[in-house]
Amino acid sequence: MDFSDTPEEAVFRGEARAFLDAHMARKGTTDARLPSRAMRREDVAASKAWQAIKAANGFAGILWPSAYGGREGTLMEHIIFHQEEERYAVPASVFNQGVGMAMPTVMTYGTPEHLARYPRPALFGEEIWCQLFSEPSAGSDLGGLRTRAVREGDCWVVDGQKIWTSNAHFADFGMLVTRTDPSVTKHAGLTFFILDMRAPGVEVRPIKQISGTSNFCEVFLSGVRISDSCRLGEVGQGWKVALTMLANERFTVGKAEGPDFEEIFALVRAIELDGRRAVEDSAVQERLADWYVRSKGLELTRLRAQTALSRGKAPGPENSIGKLVSAAKLQEIATFGIDLLGMAGAVTDRTVAPMEARFQDALLYAPGKRIAGGTDEILRNIIAERVLGLPADVRVDKSIPFNQIPSGLR
Amino acid sequence: MNFDFSEDVEAMRVAVRGLLADRFPRGAVRRQVDAGQGFDRDFLRSLGEMGWLGVAIPEAFGGSAMGYEPLCMIAEELGASLAPVPVASTLYLGAEALLSFGSEEQKRALLPRVVAGDLVIAAAVAEGSGDPAEAALATLFVDGRVTGKKLPVIDGDIADMFVVVVRLEGGESSLVLVEAGADHISRTTLDTLDLVRGAVRLTLDGAVAEPLPGARGWQAVAHWLDRAAALLAFEQVGGAQAALDMATAFARERYAFGRAIGSFQAIKHKLADVYVATELARSNAFYGAWALDTDADDLAIAAAAARVAATDAFSLAARENIQTHGGMGFTWESDCHLYYRRARELALMVGGPRYWRRRLVSQLDMAAGG
Repeated sequence: MDFSDTPEEAVFRGEARAFLDAHMARKGTTDARLPSRAMRREDVAASKAWQAIKAANGFAGILWPSAYGGREGTLMEHIIFHQEEERYAVPASVFNQGVGMAMPTVMTYGTPEHLARYPRPALFGEEIWCQLFSEPSAGSDLGGLRTRAVREGDCWVVDGQKIWTSNAHFADFGMLVTRTDPSVTKHAGLTFFILDMRAPGVEVRPIKQISGTSNFCEVFLSGVRISDSCRLGEVGQGWKVALTMLANERFTVGKAEGPDFEEIFALVRAIELDGRRAVEDSAVQERLADWYVRSKGLELTRLRAQTALSRGKAPGPENSIGKLVSAAKLQEIATFGIDLLGMAGAVTDRTVAPMEARFQDALLYAPGKRIAGGTDEILRNIIAERVLGLPADVRVDKSIPFNQIPSGLR
Repeated sequence: MNFDFSEDVEAMRVAVRGLLADRFPRGAVRRQVDAGQGFDRDFLRSLGEMGWLGVAIPEAFGGSAMGYEPLCMIAEELGASLAPVPVASTLYLGAEALLSFGSEEQKRALLPRVVAGDLVIAAAVAEGSGDPAEAALATLFVDGRVTGKKLPVIDGDIADMFVVVVRLEGGESSLVLVEAGADHISRTTLDTLDLVRGAVRLTLDGAVAEPLPGARGWQAVAHWLDRAAALLAFEQVGGAQAALDMATAFARERYAFGRAIGSFQAIKHKLADVYVATELARSNAFYGAWALDTDADDLAIAAAAARVAATDAFSLAARENIQTHGGMGFTWESDCHLYYRRARELALMVGGPRYWRRRLVSQLDMAAGG
């Protein structure tokens, strides 16, 4: 075993570092980005500028074909670049959905016109994409979505509501999945479109989360007309297109933000309990040991996955464990970090609460992490069915027409 | 990046697994227990003949010096098979003590016998209840003779030699070797949770002992336990995976309410959690293997993390295996109990969960500046 790069990987890492050093400052000891803060206009402008610089230097679309400005690099290079980029104080990105998920899907199902129009501006930071999948009554059960698209000549008229959309208020385009035929089974009646977010009838409203912050939007669609030329894939093929888009999510690289072992460790080394350092308290040690092995275990599991990649294996559903473990750990660490402070733990004032109230902040966004991008429950199903090979659950709605499925929110 | 067993080690695994499956197929261990048979010295010798006991031992002492990766893989396979062989005692503790602290002469005399499967060594650490601690150490080594009581000594019933943790005249902790056949020794076999690995109460009443010259101070003892823990973690991971495999296979085959029970989310989510715990333990164990192989500065942290994660994973896997099997899992013949028993035995060998959590955090604290 060794943790070093191959000679080729080392050369690429050197290039990536040289590029990053030339444009960005290294991060301090802790991540200054606070996920509790909503993206502002100036954040979007900074993200666009950084994306343009990366694209111009061949570091934006590492896995992309050169025809669209990509590098045609390897998955290892993609991982290495993101590992290096994480060490720098780069702007939070609004391009993850577009470059990482939407455009690879356009490249799979798009017409020549789509391919000429969309990928390049997305890569070069000119246009932002969002994902219009979840609905108020279709979250984990995405296939139960109800946004209707009805054909009228060369157009489709769309009515419905999407929810939990990141960056919708800044986005130029949305990847939209709709129901075009409610008389067939749920997965068979879906069709996929590219939506111009500025089209008449598109209304974006921020969602106020439990913390009071807004990181996501609702998107209301009222009589929105979409040209049939904006359809992605065949009529009725929308489920397959949506799954392609979700499958690309597994190539996204990155660590869950928020307090992890390092932060809680720093806290217990800084405060006292019963007249001695909290780190020496056996109840504290019990919990710390647990978080350390999970945190380190995830980091090392990623290295094992990378090893599998460099030995020529494809990334698989095993990667589901990352979010499942880190979201629950985040919630536990946030709660413990607050509880350690005793009565003062309830104070969220940044001038009073230790470490700029990171633990208090995290308490109020951790529940979202356990839901977004696949709930804990869905991730356990994925592991059980696709990794362990357990049989699928009985689905009472699978083989009957969608419009005959019972529902409490019709 | 190369953070996995090498292809050579994986090829060797096929042979190890094949031999173990052949000799100890499902149920064989239980039938041995039923028949009152235990350790089979010829089987240990056959592992020696295959060269598997000497993979981490230098060529000068009869080994093949392939490093710790193959030994970790063998530990994983032994953990899965529950084969009644004293490899943990003899290699992870016995041979490691000789390698770390023995004189050239001791290594030359004893390690080739270990490699051949001719010598069983047991470690005498505990003196009744409680985790390893210098303050609790009462066994004394004075003028070449050792006096004290050790309990439990795992594999002590079949051992030819003991590595005994002692206190020297000046108060310093150390390790000594005692021949099982020496005078002034008595051993009483104890009933234990693990039906495959026995244990004894070892009474030393002025028995002749030979010091391991390099073992000076409690830190040396703790370091010795760290190395053993890193290896034991692989037995635990192997056991956890075997228990998970058993539960998964049963959940696919067992029908209730007209469907395979593995299609119920209550079972799926439980087994997904076991899978996650086992994978995190495996990753931590790999880091321990790397630390052993490279004698890394953070070996103590790596070993304690591997130990903590592996103990938790095996404990969870073993108990949820019984639960998944339902009433069937509570029967003797289901074999589920063998993993459930072994999970505890391994969790306590070389110190229990509390010791290792404390060791992990205190080492991290020291590394961060105390």
